[in-house]
Amino acid sequence: MKIRILMLSSLILLPLELFAQSPEEKGLAIAVEADKRDTGWNDIKTELSMVLRNRQGQESKRRMRSKILEVEGDGDKSLIVFDYPRDIKNTAFLSYTHALKADDQWLYLPALKRVKRISSNNKSGPFMGSEFAYEDISSQEVEKYKYKFIKDDQINGRDAFVIERYPQYKHSGYTRQIAWVDKEMYQPLKIIFYDRKDSLLKELVFIGYKQYLGKFWRPLKLEMVNKQNGKSTTLEYRDYQFKTGLTDKNFNRNTLKRTR
Amino acid sequence: MSSCHKPLQLLVLLFASLLFLQQAGAGEWSGYLGVEGRTFFNDPTDPRQKGDNLSFVAQPEYYTDWDNGNQSLLFVPFVRLDQNDPERSHADIRELIWLKASDNWELRTGIGKVYWGVAEAQHLVDIINQTDLIEGPDGEEKLGQPMINLSLLREWGTVDFFILPGFRERTFPGRKGRLRSVPGIDPNNALYESSRKELHVDWALRWSHIIGDWDIGLSYFDGTSRDPRFVPSVNSSGETLFVPFYDQIQQTGLDVQVTKEGWLWKLEAINRRGMGETYNAFTAGFEYTIVGTLDSQADLGLISEYLYDDRGINAITLFQNDLMLGTRLTLNDEQSTEFLLGIITDMDETSERSYFIEASRRIGDRWKLNLELRIFSLQNPVSPFYALRNDDYLQLELFRYF
Repeated sequence: MKIRILMLSSLILLPLELFAQSPEEKGLAIAVEADKRDTGWNDIKTELSMVLRNRQGQESKRRMRSKILEVEGDGDKSLIVFDYPRDIKNTAFLSYTHALKADDQWLYLPALKRVKRISSNNKSGPFMGSEFAYEDISSQEVEKYKYKFIKDDQINGRDAFVIERYPQYKHSGYTRQIAWVDKEMYQPLKIIFYDRKDSLLKELVFIGYKQYLGKFWRPLKLEMVNKQNGKSTTLEYRDYQFKTGLTDKNFNRNTLKRTR
Repeated sequence: MSSCHKPLQLLVLLFASLLFLQQAGAGEWSGYLGVEGRTFFNDPTDPRQKGDNLSFVAQPEYYTDWDNGNQSLLFVPFVRLDQNDPERSHADIRELIWLKASDNWELRTGIGKVYWGVAEAQHLVDIINQTDLIEGPDGEEKLGQPMINLSLLREWGTVDFFILPGFRERTFPGRKGRLRSVPGIDPNNALYESSRKELHVDWALRWSHIIGDWDIGLSYFDGTSRDPRFVPSVNSSGETLFVPFYDQIQQTGLDVQVTKEGWLWKLEAINRRGMGETYNAFTAGFEYTIVGTLDSQADLGLISEYLYDDRGINAITLFQNDLMLGTRLTLNDEQSTEFLLGIITDMDETSERSYFIEASRRIGDRWKLNLELRIFSLQNPVSPFYALRNDDYLQLELFRYF
């Protein structure tokens, strides 16, 4: 009897409890909703270019092509082939990402025709010498972080949730991140990164969101500024293609050797 | 398919075929030009050997695909012009290969390059391509190999079948070249166990698979040994030289890498029959990577590999009971700066050692600078490598990519 009363009271209390969601619950709910809305794209092909700038303003360019396969219940699979600079042309990077354990990563070195399985403790390391770390550009699973809702805010005239998230992966380079999540798109507009000593490290701004297949929002441009060393990287995406029919077979060691 | 010693003729032929291909249309050109300088710290062992050396290299690459990328043609010619060693001035077709791929299989036909294995200090399992040893004493450069290669992609792994018509002889430095044996190698009179000589058709089979953290390869090769034995011989001008002798061998190979977070555990093992007595050899070791060393963005790798060959000190290899210790520093900067330092010690005679440093750095977006330093500490006159004792060198290479 006691149990039934308890259940009944909890039913009555339910709407109230939603209202009185803790900041942690609200933060998680936003992340879950963002994940739900961005599920079902199957695969994406896109071209990327990066411009790396050092403190003196010297620029260095990178060009690459990327294929991503959505994996239900795990991190995505991705294949990146480099086009520029020319000395790393056709070098390919295959990665099976995971939320909490180390990713599986293979590097194909075309000059030696060698496929190397590489250590994947480097999620916090720079991607191609840029200000982006591997963990910044790999798939964003809900389990990767714990969350806390901070406040509602406006950014460039758009309504946003501000949430703080705490990486759960032990080799992450960050203690926390503050993300401005657009209330309409459920996509980040800005992220501020704090390093392992909890000092401000980087600021990332997402520019030029477009909607694909009437559902999936993707930015055209990401601007990352390192507040500690004065370097910055602009990452631009071109020619997004969704649901192109890629399967597991496009993400194995063998195809790595013939990817161009 | 013996290596050509008329580089100028080959060069003309190359450029003619390049032009033809460009006329043919839709493909894409890339590649590099390079200049290499080597300086030797000591006088040569054989007074006919030259000292400091300048050398030019070109390796263009043509690629085209069609049929939604399921078919492609890759052409990679190579040519080197060397100041002092006419043998080192050589040309090769590294690759000229047509690929046809389907969902479950891939067929490669032509001249190709294949790499098997996981270890760093030596590549025991890797056997498809002949070593272009004249390029560098580490043996990392390979000659193009004629092949038909069928890959079957299955749930339980990948199976590769190879038919290898046409054998390539190993290249060796000539009379004037450094980093060679004394007496030198006679490149023109190689001997074969097979009566078909370099026309013997070899074959090979390999299964490879990924099971969780394990990358496994099992391979079998039947044909002409890529490693020759050497027979002393007197040539027509009365000079004693070593003549390469190529046996018919059967080699079974195993390569395994286990990847556990920062640790890579590596094993390569072979059993080889046909080169005198049957023998076994292995390389086993690890690479451990410390990410973000000393609060920087650099990665530091610690490498250790043990090299064993059960022929003992009779082995025609430097590595019968040897230990390689190395460290790899990757700065992760815009210039992709990397250093690899190492030492290989003979555990039977620890005075027999070699040291090396390799470094590379991009300059701007189009240039790359490589540095290589090798020091040989060899005191045993019985060792086949004793002749290298005066060949410590520093090498700088500058590449322009296009």
